[in-house]
Amino acid sequence: MSKYLFIESRDPFDTTDTHQAFGLATALSKEGNDVTLYLVQNGVLAARAAANALKEVGPKVSVLADDYSIEERGIEANELAKSVRVSDVDSLVDLLCEKGTKAIWH
Amino acid sequence: MSKTLTMLMMDPPYESSNTITALRIVEAALRKGNHVNVFAYEGAVSLTFKEQKKHANAVKGTTLEEEDHPLPKDLVASLVGLAKENNLRLTWTNCGLCVDERGVGNWIEGASRGSPADFIKAVTESDNALVIATT
Repeated sequence: MSKYLFIESRDPFDTTDTHQAFGLATALSKEGNDVTLYLVQNGVLAARAAANALKEVGPKVSVLADDYSIEERGIEANELAKSVRVSDVDSLVDLLCEKGTKAIWH
Repeated sequence: MSKTLTMLMMDPPYESSNTITALRIVEAALRKGNHVNVFAYEGAVSLTFKEQKKHANAVKGTTLEEEDHPLPKDLVASLVGLAKENNLRLTWTNCGLCVDERGVGNWIEGASRGSPADFIKAVTESDNALVIATT
């Protein structure tokens, strides 16, 4: 089993690449890997429940949303999808510093 | 125990939110007691360019002081200072060819010249690496 950290920075309504990244993260989780999806910058637009943009992300993928990015965009905590946990850059650094974690920025 | 994180940045100043996120990660990594290597590639080599200047805004009628632009070189300098204060290592390596192409070789203290080979070496000696490519 490997650990994967996907850092998604792009608006899911701006590029279909984002959906490819979500699909890859889900496929890796289905194969038994430990997968985290960290949403940052315009990537947090996918975290809104009303956007319905995370429907293709599997239940085993841990979805985190960057607090700074959420605040910048005026997104309230009660607007987030149930599968999303608010996180911060310190937690992101902890994930990045885990030796062997494969970090993928998109 | 301190870890070492290596990051590659490519975006030029004032172009992308990627830059601020990358600098936030560097700041947090240092604040948490880790060492950081940054390899600035392509447009990112301008982040440390010493001749960046603040400016007034004639359209809005604001002065230089009122505008108070944050300059990327000052943000990087503060990270260099943070590392020094905490006896941590922050290496900031600018791709030499990218620097020459852009004429931005006059940089702040704390930056140095290197090549992609330095990035590979840093990655092999680090706990992890993150490449932030241009959008």
